[in-house]
Amino acid sequence: MNKSYNNTKATLALAKASFRSITRSPSAVVFTLAFPLIFILVFGFLGGGGVKLDLAVAPGSDMQNPVIIALQHTSVIHLITDQSDIELHQRLEKGTIAGVIDVHKNIVDQPAYLANVKYTSASMDKGNILKSILNNLMYTLNTKDLKPSVAELKESTVHGRTYRTIDFILPGQLGFSLLSTGVFGTAFVFFSLRQTLVIKRFFATPVKRSSIILGEGLARIGFALIGALFIILIGHFFFHFTLIHGVTTVINMLLLSTIGVIVFMGFGFVVSGIAKSESTIPPISNIITLPQFLLSGTFFSIENFPNWLQPISRALPLTYLNDAMRQVAFEGAGLWDVKQQILIMVIWGIGIYAVAVKVFKWE
Amino acid sequence: MDKTNTIISVRNLVKNYADFTAVKGISFDVYENEIFGLLGPNGAGKTTTLEIIETLREKTSGEITVDGFSVDKDANEIKRIIGVQLQAAGYYPNLNLVELMELFAGLYGVDIKPMEMLEKVNLQDKAKAKFKALSGGQKQRFSIATTLLNSPKIIFLDEPTTGLDPQARRNLWDLIIDIRNNGTTVVLTTHYMDEAEQLCDRVAFVEHGEIIALDTPDNLIDQLINSGFERKKEVKKANLEDVFINLTGQEWREG
Repeated sequence: MNKSYNNTKATLALAKASFRSITRSPSAVVFTLAFPLIFILVFGFLGGGGVKLDLAVAPGSDMQNPVIIALQHTSVIHLITDQSDIELHQRLEKGTIAGVIDVHKNIVDQPAYLANVKYTSASMDKGNILKSILNNLMYTLNTKDLKPSVAELKESTVHGRTYRTIDFILPGQLGFSLLSTGVFGTAFVFFSLRQTLVIKRFFATPVKRSSIILGEGLARIGFALIGALFIILIGHFFFHFTLIHGVTTVINMLLLSTIGVIVFMGFGFVVSGIAKSESTIPPISNIITLPQFLLSGTFFSIENFPNWLQPISRALPLTYLNDAMRQVAFEGAGLWDVKQQILIMVIWGIGIYAVAVKVFKWE
Repeated sequence: MDKTNTIISVRNLVKNYADFTAVKGISFDVYENEIFGLLGPNGAGKTTTLEIIETLREKTSGEITVDGFSVDKDANEIKRIIGVQLQAAGYYPNLNLVELMELFAGLYGVDIKPMEMLEKVNLQDKAKAKFKALSGGQKQRFSIATTLLNSPKIIFLDEPTTGLDPQARRNLWDLIIDIRNNGTTVVLTTHYMDEAEQLCDRVAFVEHGEIIALDTPDNLIDQLINSGFERKKEVKKANLEDVFINLTGQEWREG
């Protein structure tokens, strides 16, 4: 009998088997690819338009006047012209429109028209934007033929990279994909391998425990990276996701993904160890993933959160993965530039694996 | 057959769990190239004993050697020369039989042709099937095929025929006898006495963690008869199982 037993061969055989199994598991494919892609699709199509204001024109208002015509040519304003007074009043109360405008010919000569605008306290932020747009519009219309007496405003815009919604959403979705693959995938696989005595049967072969963990880990990391690459490429080619240094940026993102998924797998090991039954895995996993999903800047920048919530956001590992991803992808940062984020993820990793070693069960 | 070569030696094996003693100092030998049966009711300690010999479970005390290797020091050497079929073990999810065979070949570090292994247990037609989709008899045959991958000196079968229909059971007996005839020692547990009588060269009766009898099935039956035992009813030359097999045929069923 051949005396040397090859641990690498055993590890690779396990990685291959596990990888095949993952690609055939519907839940893995759904969580890693389908969900993030759906979010990217939704936000990819939603985004790009910037702010839109709904401004209603009161019934009976004059339509053929410079004010309305100018408003029709303002891209930010969406004019609503076909609703009754009652409907408009209700919509004002609900704040679903920014305001109502009513333009009439003046009875006296000067000024030629009178415009009444009704704002709503239900939508003050939009109302304020509307107010400044209208002021600006009126000033331009009224001073068309006049020379400025004090100062003339000269405006110009610097051309920069367009920061699209996808540039914010995609890194967040990538982080979410890695988080679910790492936590749910690892937790379910190790729990079920233990329950169905698959691991026990492995123990009857000369394979080492470290090979089992390593083989599983390799398969999961491989699968997560393929998923990540897929998401990045779809985002880039279909939604103009910014990859500032091209391939280098993609490689940096994949390296960050690797660090991320390794840390998140640690959570998965912990869950598989503390779960008492298969049905307790989803709730425990959700306790770990949902807060990060919501608070780590996946959908909204954490700057928008109330002050008391921000420290919690800044404690979560996904926050730093998302942050690092965005800097690498959009600002062209190298991995060294995001070393602080990486360091915090590594600290999380050390902490969570210390717990995993304590609670992980083989049988 | 030379039956004096001891391949497994168990001496004063004790296994304590937190609240009870599963195995109370049992000793026995298994000879090379025999089919050895551990018989007894559920909870008697059969599986525990088997798993300790297989190095899957820690013993409390006692000495065990398998082909000269001690379970304490050479667990890994033992794993390389044995094949283990667990009671109700599952296999890696979502893989077909060929892929599972490749996985086990990697785990044992051997080069095998998956199809040849499947042919040995007559599962070549199921090569692309998932383990879950197999019938009870097919599952057991597949499990046995995984134990043969590393050309082991000894295989351990824990209740291999439980839940099988008479045809599948007889078919598995033939397979087990084949394996023995190819030079492999077989250790098995069973609840079925007709199976033990047909299959085993020697059997040990285990009860409450102790061996209460150990001999060839013939000798044990003779001893009972010599003690004056008589069946209440005269035994006929055939039994109901013979009728069943005669009516439904010998061939394998894949149901």
